[in-house]
Amino acid sequence: MMVLIPGPLRSYTEDRQQVEADGETLGAVLADLDRRHPGMRFRVIDEQDAIRRHIRVFVNGEEVRALDFPLGKSDEVFIVQALSGG
Amino acid sequence: MRTFEKSPPLPAAATGAVALLVATRKGAFILKGDKSRRKWDITGPMFFGHVVHHMVLDPRDGRTLLIAARTGHLGPTIFRSTDFGRRWQEAATPPAFPKAAEGQKGRVVDHTFWLTPGHPEEAGVWYAGTSPQGLFRSEDRGANWASVSGFNDHAMYRQWTGGEQDGTPDGPKLHSIIVDPRDARHLYLGMSSGGVFESVDRGAGWKPLNAGCDADFLPNPHPEYGHDPHCVRLHALAPDILYQQNHCGIYRMDRAQGIWVRIGRSMPKKIGDIGFPIVLHPRDPATVWVFPMDGTSVWPRTSPGGKPAAYLSRNGGKTWTRQDAGLPPKQGWFTVKRQAMSGDAHEPVGIYFGTTGGEVWASRNEGAAWTCILRHLPEIYALEAVELGR
Repeated sequence: MMVLIPGPLRSYTEDRQQVEADGETLGAVLADLDRRHPGMRFRVIDEQDAIRRHIRVFVNGEEVRALDFPLGKSDEVFIVQALSGG
Repeated sequence: MRTFEKSPPLPAAATGAVALLVATRKGAFILKGDKSRRKWDITGPMFFGHVVHHMVLDPRDGRTLLIAARTGHLGPTIFRSTDFGRRWQEAATPPAFPKAAEGQKGRVVDHTFWLTPGHPEEAGVWYAGTSPQGLFRSEDRGANWASVSGFNDHAMYRQWTGGEQDGTPDGPKLHSIIVDPRDARHLYLGMSSGGVFESVDRGAGWKPLNAGCDADFLPNPHPEYGHDPHCVRLHALAPDILYQQNHCGIYRMDRAQGIWVRIGRSMPKKIGDIGFPIVLHPRDPATVWVFPMDGTSVWPRTSPGGKPAAYLSRNGGKTWTRQDAGLPPKQGWFTVKRQAMSGDAHEPVGIYFGTTGGEVWASRNEGAAWTCILRHLPEIYALEAVELGR
């Protein structure tokens, strides 16, 4: 499936805005992303398997917060950076 | 722990070029000086936009750099370079607490705050201190990090570290990880808050080391733990003498006695003895620099009276000399953070500090006169002076 990558993570994807990843759950897709782009997952998901505070994940436009959320091959995953900083 | 059989030889003063490793809230910079320490060339920003808490050179090979970084959005990580910053690789396994058991709330590393290279006999070993307080160890030059369970899972961890309100405004921190140059098993660390702790078995077990130190912000001002050391240093030539700049003053400990003595009481009363950094002379364990800040009322944490100055003691804290030549005589509201002041190994020693206003100041004569060598950097979190050649 297609995963949209926000600007802060594109150093892991050779600056690509969209990349492919496989998996039957959001957690599996993120694990596959980390295999293809090592280091990306920990920048997004903490060691307790929670989505980090300033990151949001949307599936087909709906926000998802559980890594066991089921995904199909035609789903689109958006990783988004929340507004923060200064 | 081992002791020196005889005093180690006094190292010769360095004569080569010096570099300043500058970590800022918006990236990292390297200032390379010439041998005279008069001309400085800047490289960077590296990891532009990242919050860089610490950049440290491995003195065992003189070329490996580690950076502790995060961004406003992304989780914390470690970047590594084996060619002094030309190319970088991210750690495969950055510092992270173990996954909590089902149904329990686990700890999450917000950022790595402090990096310390391991003992010379333990090639490849590094230590990292995090916020919230955690101790981590790498045995492969920073590529993979493991939790030091003897500290992070200690039965007293919760009591020692306190709650979220017991830390600094930017989160509670584990810092000042020190390896005894005589014995790789002998470690110290500091926590804001928590206090100073010591291990004699490579981190398997820990004990508080705070006797004599004040904690006047607590109901009991002399607890066993819960103190706020800002920066702890140990001298390589006299490793039984510890110094610390604490939230509650400047202290020195003769380890055999095990009591912190408040050497800051001899500072001028109108200046006080509050500050963040403390710097030791590379060849004289009795010589120490601090950079006082205003710790009165609501704790502005800026130079007292808007008149920045370092203070130097050449007798282990019995007396102090003000060093402000070249610094703003008024309206200078500096804050120098705990990792942002450092010395080189030349003769006379060069002393350097970075400010929260993004200025780098240098003295080629042990603080007798200061020059601003760089302006307009982002807020400086850490500054380490390193020798590029002896």
